Amino acid sequence: MIPLHSEPVPATADAVIVGAGINGLATAYELARQGMKNIVVLEKDYLGSGSTGRCGGGIRQQWTTEENIQLASESVAIYEGMSAELGYQVFFRQGGYLMITEREEDLPALKEAVALQRRCGVPTDFLTPRECLDIVPGLDVSDLKGATFCPKDGTAYPFAVVWGYARACHRHGVRIYIKTTLTGIETVSGRIEAVVTDRGRIATPLLVNCAGPWARSLAAKVGVDLPNRQERHEIMVSESLKPFLDPMVISITNGIYFSQSMRGEIVGGIGDPAEPGLMNPDDFRFHSGLRFAVRFAKTLTRLYPRTRSVRMMRQWAGMYDVTPDHRPILGGVPDLAGYFHICGFSGHGFMLGPMAGRRMARLIATGQEDPIINSLSLGRFAAGNLQADAFVVG
Amino acid sequence: MSGPKIFLCRCEDVTLSEFRAAYREGFTELESLKRYTGVGTGFCQGKGCLSEAAAELAALRGIPATDLKPTTIRPPSEPLTFGQLAALDIPEPAAPEEP
Repeated sequence: MIPLHSEPVPATADAVIVGAGINGLATAYELARQGMKNIVVLEKDYLGSGSTGRCGGGIRQQWTTEENIQLASESVAIYEGMSAELGYQVFFRQGGYLMITEREEDLPALKEAVALQRRCGVPTDFLTPRECLDIVPGLDVSDLKGATFCPKDGTAYPFAVVWGYARACHRHGVRIYIKTTLTGIETVSGRIEAVVTDRGRIATPLLVNCAGPWARSLAAKVGVDLPNRQERHEIMVSESLKPFLDPMVISITNGIYFSQSMRGEIVGGIGDPAEPGLMNPDDFRFHSGLRFAVRFAKTLTRLYPRTRSVRMMRQWAGMYDVTPDHRPILGGVPDLAGYFHICGFSGHGFMLGPMAGRRMARLIATGQEDPIINSLSLGRFAAGNLQADAFVVG
Repeated sequence: MSGPKIFLCRCEDVTLSEFRAAYREGFTELESLKRYTGVGTGFCQGKGCLSEAAAELAALRGIPATDLKPTTIRPPSEPLTFGQLAALDIPEPAAPEEP
């Protein structure tokens, strides 16, 4: 399925994609479906080893900007057929997302978000605290002020999605090189000419930067200045239990999120305001700490007391690639032909990636203008045309 | 299936033949084999199987097991309930130094 990592890379390619997470693999697969040949994916570690394989697997359409809602709902449509399309079980389950708040002052924003999402065709409802009990029996709603619920949101198993895309890529002739590090990029008169790796040089007219937390340092090699910063986040899984929790529960008050995977584990995390933003992902500390475990457990057992006797099995950390407006950066740059980036998902690449890859592949293969990509271009930061998405949690 | 069914990971029901099949698919190191097969992700968190998995992988690759990189150890070393964890007090961290 994957060429062993002792192989040298080919001397030429029609496209080189950097990063074998959701965005790199979805883009490679979609470019191949557009008829492009000789596509190479470079991954410096193993498949999904960056942010995708460390994420909580949540997929939601409840956003406060139209572009995020549209990308997410189009991605949900892809996820609904993904196991069949890729020929691989990705464990997508639509248990919905219950977004709760413990602050009265959040309610107008929640109601406004419901209205916007419904205008975009997403079937979100506003719920009273009591109505939340119909969705999650046993939730302690005494401090809740309200919630929103979309039954079409859900979860999938991140590694299975990565493996499914990798297999589909392989069937379409895409070559994936793991344990292969990009060391340089050659440009000639404003065009991408080649990439250099620790396994050799690849002449290519096209470079797609899907390097997640490393996207910024990759872009800097060709003089593209991304405003992304990298944040460290922690997450955990519990022991496996029989299915008892349908939706992902997520709090816009304290940043906790938790769901039950199809393997039965509670998967969840919580944002930490004391965690500093990191500018150099190579300094990232992959270890996980007691502080996270205790903060998560305190909030989880307060909101959902029946989890008190559930055992936590394992915790780990990952990175968010965060932009100033918490929305992804898609497209190319005006003065470097053949360079594209798909990055800056701010913790939500797994849920937006399938459609970001599809739209970007269409743009790259056909040159056809895409209004969503245009509105998410890097140029928006210099133009000061920012509209932040408010629903960034975790 | 021919021959005896040998379990490599008893918590997650991973057989030796599944482990070998994953290796043939291109998963050639413990970190990705753990994720792909589930070996070591069950209740014992690998205490009963990762050394066996490492020995098997070393044999498949024809290298000494001491040349393999172990998987990252994930806390807690023994599973703890959320109730036990929630009862702990943790000090607030010192403010991060300005870069």
